[in-house]
Amino acid sequence: MDAVDKNPIIRLFHVHKRYGPKNALIDTTLDIFKNEFLCISGPSGAGKTTILKLLYLGEPVSEGQVLVDGMNLSRIPPKRFHLLRRKFGIIFQDYKLIATKTVFENVALVLEAMGKKRGLIRKKVRSVLRTVGMEERHNSLPPSLSGGEQQRIAIARAVVGDPLIILADEPTGNLDDVSAEVIFNLLKGFHARGGTIIVATHDKDLIRKAGGRTVYLRQGRVENITNA
Amino acid sequence: MKAGMMTLFTKRAIQDILGNRFLNMVTVITIALSILIVSSFTLFFINAMDVMDVWKKGIRIMAYLKPEPDRKNIADIRHTIQSIDGVQEAVFISKAEALNLLKAQMHRQASLFENLKENPLPDAFEVRIIAASQRSEEVELLAARIESLPEIEEVEYGQSWVGKFTNIINLFRLAGYAIGVLFFMAAVFIVANTIRIVLYSRREEIEIMRLVGAADGFIQTPFYIEGLILGALGGIIGIGALFLIFLLISANVQQSPAAGMFQLRFLSIKSTGGILAGSMFAGWLGCFLSLKQFLRS
Repeated sequence: MDAVDKNPIIRLFHVHKRYGPKNALIDTTLDIFKNEFLCISGPSGAGKTTILKLLYLGEPVSEGQVLVDGMNLSRIPPKRFHLLRRKFGIIFQDYKLIATKTVFENVALVLEAMGKKRGLIRKKVRSVLRTVGMEERHNSLPPSLSGGEQQRIAIARAVVGDPLIILADEPTGNLDDVSAEVIFNLLKGFHARGGTIIVATHDKDLIRKAGGRTVYLRQGRVENITNA
Repeated sequence: MKAGMMTLFTKRAIQDILGNRFLNMVTVITIALSILIVSSFTLFFINAMDVMDVWKKGIRIMAYLKPEPDRKNIADIRHTIQSIDGVQEAVFISKAEALNLLKAQMHRQASLFENLKENPLPDAFEVRIIAASQRSEEVELLAARIESLPEIEEVEYGQSWVGKFTNIINLFRLAGYAIGVLFFMAAVFIVANTIRIVLYSRREEIEIMRLVGAADGFIQTPFYIEGLILGALGGIIGIGALFLIFLLISANVQQSPAAGMFQLRFLSIKSTGGILAGSMFAGWLGCFLSLKQFLRS
């Protein structure tokens, strides 16, 4: 926690999220700080993934306000959602890699969407793939990779655009211990370079190693917040 | 937009077309058929109007004079007729000249004229009309005015059917416009349908693109390029097929007796460009409709 900048990069004010009659998140108020490694934990259906979705506008809030890096999300028109999403690098539980594109193309997509030059894209994607140890597989298609390898590609894609914040939904959930360790080290590396990380996870080992605050959710409410 | 991005979008559009070959082939063929039908109408009108122009140049009114044994006022009558608006020239043809012309035209039936005791033909004026007054209604009005002159017994404008034919052509032109609109709509909907199928087959990929920060323009542009390419291919094939048909028909016309009367011509560069642009627009519009619906959902 010592390295954490005390300026909140994300603020949630009395946020509610309802899916029909079901309350997924109830009156949640939370500040997340720059360069924080925050874990969100709790049983299934507690609202961990919902918080992440609200942050990148994967879902709209039902009530309350969310601010990300000074942007009030309720005031962003759909045509400008991409500007918010470029602040995030998102690691999905199911990886969400495009099966018909190669590893290189999947990672390059982020930079292409930003309008970066081809030379820079090539250089940066190779460098990121080297960091996650997947340079040799740059021409492979995702379905031919193992779960751990796919997760590493998902991390490469999440960090390649130099985002302010990484959102990771159960990044080690489907992985063996060795792969989980690799993934954790990659996240830790991003954090060490000044990035903010928000991880929704059940993984007690990951929470312990992260060493930051953990928000415990139960039935859509913040039950408690602990410091490592 | 940067040139590098356009290259990327075009590459992605071509990959999409090649990735869904059958679907895109059906789309291109449908557009090509639509273009073939619409441009056939255009070609027909262009050539029909050329033929009409040739025929119109022959439009004249024959004004037959009342019988008068001792005619002295020919110059006055000519002056009166020539002063009517729309008349280019009035040429007097005496009854004697008319008979001689008739005999010359019917020299094989010369025996018919042998027993004539007197010339049954009237004196007449052949009235030529200026080009701007050659529309059938105007010819009719002009004929009525000439007929109302006291010295004129009867007028005849044997090629008044040209006017009627013009009306039929105009009717066809209207039908052509209607068919053009229908086929344009058909092309738009087939492209819209193709793009919709591609969009649904790639909805997961599009969703991922959005989540990693791709703007709508980044997602949409390759599809617009795809629509333009489909439209252009359909247009080129349609016009190409029409050109082949044209070559076949014009080769046959050249061998026919009517060959000397008029020259068949193909669509001008301007018309071809217009049809091609219309075809590409249909492709673009089809994309626009599908993307609008898809991205809204």
